[in-house]
Amino acid sequence: MNPPKATDSFFKTFCLACACLIGLLMLSFFVQLFVNSSEAWREFGLGFLFSSEWDPVAGKFGAFPSIAGTLLTTAIALAVALPLAFVSALYLTDAPPAIGRVLSQAIDLLAAIPSVIYGMWGLFVLAPLMQNHVQPFLTETLNLQAVPVLGGLLVGEHGFNGFGFFTAGLILALMILPYVCAIMRDVFKMTPAVLRESAYGIGCTKWECAKDVVMKYGIRGLLGGVFVGLGRALGETMAVLFVIGNIMDVPAALFDSGTTIAATLANNFAEADGLQRSALFALGLVLLVMAFGIQVFAQYYLHLTSSKRGERS
Amino acid sequence: MNTIPLNTVRRRPLFFRKTADFGVRVFSVFAVTLAVAAMAWILFTVVSRGVPAIDWGFLSNPSKPYGVPDSGIANALLGTLFITLCAAALAVPLAVAAGIYLSEFGRKSKLGAMLRFSANVMMGLPSIIVGLFVYTILVVTTGHFSGFAGAVALAIIMFPLIMRTTEDMLAMVPDALRESGLALGMSRARTTLCIVCRAAKNGLLTGILLSLARVSGETAPLLFTAMFADAWPDRFFSEPTANMPVLITEYATNSPFEEMHTAGWGAALVIMLAVLAVNIFTRIAFRERARER
Repeated sequence: MNPPKATDSFFKTFCLACACLIGLLMLSFFVQLFVNSSEAWREFGLGFLFSSEWDPVAGKFGAFPSIAGTLLTTAIALAVALPLAFVSALYLTDAPPAIGRVLSQAIDLLAAIPSVIYGMWGLFVLAPLMQNHVQPFLTETLNLQAVPVLGGLLVGEHGFNGFGFFTAGLILALMILPYVCAIMRDVFKMTPAVLRESAYGIGCTKWECAKDVVMKYGIRGLLGGVFVGLGRALGETMAVLFVIGNIMDVPAALFDSGTTIAATLANNFAEADGLQRSALFALGLVLLVMAFGIQVFAQYYLHLTSSKRGERS
Repeated sequence: MNTIPLNTVRRRPLFFRKTADFGVRVFSVFAVTLAVAAMAWILFTVVSRGVPAIDWGFLSNPSKPYGVPDSGIANALLGTLFITLCAAALAVPLAVAAGIYLSEFGRKSKLGAMLRFSANVMMGLPSIIVGLFVYTILVVTTGHFSGFAGAVALAIIMFPLIMRTTEDMLAMVPDALRESGLALGMSRARTTLCIVCRAAKNGLLTGILLSLARVSGETAPLLFTAMFADAWPDRFFSEPTANMPVLITEYATNSPFEEMHTAGWGAALVIMLAVLAVNIFTRIAFRERARER
C-alpha cells in the first residue's frame, strides 16, 4: 500500500470514528439513565409515572407532578408563542428587506441571551409585575375569578404570588419565539412566488394568501417548527427553575406554583442519594424520552421540506 | 385536483375580508414590536441593574461569602474561561472531523444520513440531561466534582452544533476545488484539510465562535459537574470550579441580600455582553466578507 492511500484510509477512519461518537453518545444517554434509574423502576414500576407522592423521608416518589407541570408550562408557552411567531414571520417575510433584516436579527439575538439571564429577569422583574399588576388585574378588576369554570382554572385555592406555571410559560414563550420564528420565516420564503402571485391575482387579501396558500404549502415545515419549539420548551431548566415556585404539587390552576421535570432535577439532585437519586434519574429518563420523541418528529417534518427550503441535508 | 362546484363556495363580503386582513396586519406589527421590545427590556434591565455593581475591584477580586468585603467575580470569570476553552479543545477537533465525514465521505450513504439525524436530534435534547450523564461518568467514578467534568459536559453540547455547521459550510465548497486538488495528485486527506477546509475557513470559524458563545451561558449542565466554589480555579481537574452561570444562579436564588443580587446582575451583565459581542461580531464580520467574495 503506498503512503497516500494509507493516510487516506486512516483519515477516513478517524473521521468516521468521530462521527460515530454522536450516535454512541446518544445511545449511552439512554443506557446510563436507564441503568441508574433501575432501582426506582423496580421499586415503583410504571406506577411511578402516575403517582403524585414525593416524600424523601418515607421513601415514596412519584413523577406525576413534574410531568404534568412540564406539559402545562410547555402548553402555555406554545399557546402564546405560536401565534406570535406565525404573524411575526409573516410580517418579516413581507417587510422591506432592510427593515426585515434588522428586525430578524434583533429577534435572533433573543435566542443568544443565556437562559440564566431570562431566569433572573423573570425572578426580579416579571414575577413582581405579575404579582402586583397582571394577576390582580385579571382576577379582581376583570373579576375572572368569579367566572364558574375559568376562574377555577386560573386561580387555585392557594391564590397567586407571581410565581408559577403562568409566569414560567410566558418566559418560555419568549425563549422559543426566535427559534420558531426563524423556521417559519424559512418556510414562508420557500413558497414559490408564482403561487402567491396567483393568489393575489384572483383577488386574495394578504391574510387569505398567507392562510390558504403559504400555510398549506409549507404545513410540514411549520409542523417541524412547532416541534422544535416544543422540544426547547420541554427541557429548559434555568428560566423555569427561577419562577416556577418549586412546589411538588399537581397543577390545579394556571397561577399555582409547581415544578417541572428539569426544575425538580436541578433542585434536588445535589442533595439526593439512594432511592431518591434513582427516582431523579428515572425522571431524567422520562424527560429524555419525551424530548427525543419530539425531536424525531421535528426532524422528520423538517427533513420532508428541507430540499424545498434550499437547505443542504 | 378536484374542482369545487361554484355554488358551494361561501360568499364572504369584502368588508369582512378586508377587516380580517387589517386585523392580522396590526397583530403582526404588534407581535414583532413585542418581541423586539422584550429583548430591549431584558437588555435594559440587565444593564441598568448590573452597571452599579461593576468596578475594578468587582472584576479583579475572587468571590467571597456574604459580608466579607472586596468580593468580586474574577475567579468565576477565569473559571468560565477555563471550562469553555477546555470544552472547545475537546470538542472542536473531533466535531470538525465528524463534520468532514458527513460532508466528504457520507453525503449519500445511509450511515451518514443516520448520523446527521442523530446530530440534529441531539442539538434539541435538554442540556440538563447532559449534566446528569457527565455526572455519572465523571463525577461518580472519580469521586469529586471538577471543572473538567463541566468542560466535558459543555463539549458534548458543542459537538453536534459544530458538526452540523462544519458539514453545511464544507458542502458549500464547489466540487471543482476538490477535483483540482485530487488532479494535482494530493491525497484525499490533504485536499480536504488544505483546500476544502481553508476555503470554508470563515464559515467554520463562525460556527465555532457561535457555539462557544452558546455554551458559555449554559447553566444546567454545570450544576452537577463544575458546581461552584469561592476559590480561584487552580484545581481545575479535582475540585469544584467557580463559573459565571452558577454564580449568577447562586446569588440570585440562594441569597436574600440586596448586595448579592446586585453582584448577580453585574455578573449577568458581563456574561451577556460577552455573548452578545461574539454574536454580533461574527454576524457582521463574516457576513461582510461573505458578500465581498
